[in-house]
Amino acid sequence: MSRARILLGSATGLIIVAGLIAAPFGLKPYGIYILTLWAVTAIAAIGLNLTLGYAGQISLAQGAFVGIGAYAAALLTTHGWPLGAAYVVAALACFAIGWLLGYPALRVQHHYLAFVTLAFSTLIYLVLRNEEWITGGIYGISNIPRPSLFGYLLRSPRDFYYFCLANLALVSLAAWWLIRSPWGRAFVALRENPVRALSLGVDTRRYTLMAFALGAALGGISGVLYAPLVQYIDPTPFSLLLSLNLLLMVIVGGSGYFFGPFVGAVVAVLLPEWLQSADRLYDALGPLSDVMRFVLPPDALKYVAKHYLVAYAIFVMVLLVFRPSGIIGFFQRRFTRRKPDTPPAAPVTQAKVA
Amino acid sequence: MADFIQLLVAGLATGGIYALVAIGFTLLWQTSQTINFAQGEFVMLPAFFMLGAMSVLGLPFWGAVVVGILVAALVLGVLFKRLVVDPMLHHGVLPLAIATMALSLFLKEAVKDFYSAEAQPFPPLAADVNVSFLGAAVSLQSLIVVAIAIGAVVALQLFLNNTQTGRRMQATAQNPTVARILGIPVERMILLAFVINAVLAALASALVTPIYLAKFSNGEYLGIAAFIAAIVGGFNQVRGAILGGLLLGVVDNFAAAYLSAQYRAAIPLVLLIVVILFRPQGLLGRVEERTV
Amino acid sequence: MKKTLIAAALATVFAGSALAQSGPVKFAFIGELSGAGAVSSTNFRDGALMAIDEINAKGGILGRKIELKQYDTQTNPGTARSQMQKAIDEEPYVILGPIFSGIVKVSMMLAQQAEIPQIMGGEASDLTQQGNAYLFRTSFGQQVSMPKIANYMRDSVKAKNVAIVWVNNDFGKGGRDNFTKEMNARGIKIVADLSTESGQTDFAADVVKAKAANAEAIFVYLNEEESARFLREARKQGIAVPLIGETTLLGQKVIDLAGDAANGARGHVGLSADIPVPAVAEFKNKFNARFKYVPDHNGIKGYTGVYAAAYATTKLGKFDSKALAKSLHGMTISPKDEPGILLETTWDDKGDIDRISYIAEVVDGKQKITSELPKLGK
Repeated sequence: MSRARILLGSATGLIIVAGLIAAPFGLKPYGIYILTLWAVTAIAAIGLNLTLGYAGQISLAQGAFVGIGAYAAALLTTHGWPLGAAYVVAALACFAIGWLLGYPALRVQHHYLAFVTLAFSTLIYLVLRNEEWITGGIYGISNIPRPSLFGYLLRSPRDFYYFCLANLALVSLAAWWLIRSPWGRAFVALRENPVRALSLGVDTRRYTLMAFALGAALGGISGVLYAPLVQYIDPTPFSLLLSLNLLLMVIVGGSGYFFGPFVGAVVAVLLPEWLQSADRLYDALGPLSDVMRFVLPPDALKYVAKHYLVAYAIFVMVLLVFRPSGIIGFFQRRFTRRKPDTPPAAPVTQAKVA
Repeated sequence: MADFIQLLVAGLATGGIYALVAIGFTLLWQTSQTINFAQGEFVMLPAFFMLGAMSVLGLPFWGAVVVGILVAALVLGVLFKRLVVDPMLHHGVLPLAIATMALSLFLKEAVKDFYSAEAQPFPPLAADVNVSFLGAAVSLQSLIVVAIAIGAVVALQLFLNNTQTGRRMQATAQNPTVARILGIPVERMILLAFVINAVLAALASALVTPIYLAKFSNGEYLGIAAFIAAIVGGFNQVRGAILGGLLLGVVDNFAAAYLSAQYRAAIPLVLLIVVILFRPQGLLGRVEERTV
Repeated sequence: MKKTLIAAALATVFAGSALAQSGPVKFAFIGELSGAGAVSSTNFRDGALMAIDEINAKGGILGRKIELKQYDTQTNPGTARSQMQKAIDEEPYVILGPIFSGIVKVSMMLAQQAEIPQIMGGEASDLTQQGNAYLFRTSFGQQVSMPKIANYMRDSVKAKNVAIVWVNNDFGKGGRDNFTKEMNARGIKIVADLSTESGQTDFAADVVKAKAANAEAIFVYLNEEESARFLREARKQGIAVPLIGETTLLGQKVIDLAGDAANGARGHVGLSADIPVPAVAEFKNKFNARFKYVPDHNGIKGYTGVYAAAYATTKLGKFDSKALAKSLHGMTISPKDEPGILLETTWDDKGDIDRISYIAEVVDGKQKITSELPKLGK
């Protein structure tokens, strides 16, 4: 990578980080809320990217781990425990469950593993709904408090946003370090060619389980933040749909690319919100809108806003049809001639019938 | 005993539908490694084609069913293959799977926004008559559903095993490279698989919609159920999908009646996990080679 | 540059406050326009739209037209909270919706903090028990409707033991829990407690179990489409005991879907587009003509909710969200004063409502009212 590119990259990064820090000052509580939701969701997507993008294990249970984390946080904090306790409990519980769930990965790989995690995901949903004595069942858990940090209650949307952003930053740094550590390289070796990895002395058993468990733990942490953000949880958001949606984020962003989950979460969390407000674009643009009106009639925008989920689905389909390696994958390939540090997953399954 | 028969027959009727939808799953998987998350919506949509054919074209019911199946073959078979699957075929399983997820959202929302969120009544295939069978009351409609589902599957098997095109499709599924060398028009065979899938889905649509009603959300559970049925039976075997479908329908009813209604949805999933752990290729499936 | 910016900002602020008393008045509809709640919420929204257009055609409220902004919760609590926040950021005068009780729970706190009245469609009993002074129902909560059903079970059906079939979502579970409580209070035994899934199509197992329980009556608490499927299966397996239910069992939609199998079903009808009141029938026809489908009780909720807000505001003589909430408590609106309310309705100090309701039975494919239950407060 040439020096100019490094400079360009760092400059872009700095601008984005500065933008994220400055954003709350220009936004109403709604804008801050969806940015916070983006940060919280991105943490779960980073976890799944570790499991799937780097270690090549398809998990359809990430949403269930978010649910476990959210319930741990909700139950503990509504019973007077600090959120810190929920962190420890959720991360450890999800790590342990993820480790156990990784065992089938040792027996069966590829798409079969996806099926096991799919089943697990739905089972967790049913437990959350049916075991009312502990989870509150379909009634959910209300009045989840916002956490305090060093005695300061993070009550306002802005304070809680910075708290979640800081979490995202820490998780990102940890993931960055992990990917560059021998562990991360072992994950990639595992994805690229498990048999060769084994012959090179990589303990594939341990690393497969580890990839699962680490991804799951990040899902749990995302849930720990989700509960105090929304302040009410019931089982519905943690159905299979969330797992599928997280998978979508990883793939759309660019599976196996460090920044993939961040961009993927923008698409899945923020884009529908933007599309729903498409009809207000001209209110925001001011004088510029007079020019724009000729290119894009306001009625078209109204139409998009009204059918925003249709528009969103079309966007995702078109994007994948033209850029199957995801958004980051596309940019990395475009702007760097050399192969990316971790090439996107090759066809994950290549079934040949015997 | 009558209860047992009652549950069994009702389960088989539901399972027959799952089987029809699951077969399509296995066909797409075998020929092109497509995992179609929009499979449920492929069953939801043709009913609206048929309703449209009746109200707009003024066709009688059976004419509308035929038109619905043809439109489905074109839109959900040919167009789906050309527009969505083809560009992504060589980029692995996941991007395509995600694209079909988006497609499923698209179909659901489009029907809801541009047709109606309300469930629409759909004419039944047969009069609402009950037949007494070993002490159980069985509706004629369920019997027809089971009969058509099994008939369709048998016909498909005969086609695959006893016609030249069918054998070519099998060869394509087993090894596209060799098939191509042997002069089999592989592309056309894959396209045919997509068309068959769409036709089966449209058929399932005509069978279930009188019971389910035409509604945008119909595919949500159906897609997952068919997916589970396909895995339990064997993802790479048409016969497996039938067994998986019927088993799932029956197990669901027995679980609700004899184990736990609250966890009825869990029992098939436990079955799924057990099957995968101990017989990953599915009950009737063949072992897949690992890529090394 | 800086000065002009400040000037511009000040100008918008003043323009904003000036506008607030002259331009259209903002109503926010926040509901489940996609996901599991789409049918109920579309009904609610269309009912509200119809009321708003009628009011606007007559010149609006106090001379100001109503403008409706819509927000889609996707039936997801996380999204619901963001949509509620978005709605509140735009400072609406009144909030309509959501409809699902869980979605109401996640969003009601925000409306309370913003001191904006929220006229919603949820029926879970606990919603109005938390001292939220800005939350108003548009139909009976389950703590009101279940005692009525329970009395009917005891006095008219005279059942000593009953089976209950319920749908396992917040609507069904809430109903089931309240019903069970009322049954216990009346010494009636529940011999079968059958949970079903939302969207379930095959009720063979549930009917088999209900039959095996030898109950003297079966209470069916499912959504409309599932109710119709249950009725068909019950008829098929020859269930002879009375099937008792609420609006969701006795509505015309269920009758249309279930056909003959609906005959004989009976129970309590709280709010329904089928009740024999000319104003309701007229509403139903207008709604059907405009939206090309038959409304359910959620259509009435949205319609009457808008009229309630409009009427109370006219009485106040000004647009003041806080005062509106205050004045709605204890208010009775009669169709004599505001035809759009359809049925005389009273809100108590918690935001619960009191209205007449009916005991009905399905006879020959039509809902027949057998008796009228007066308002509780009379």
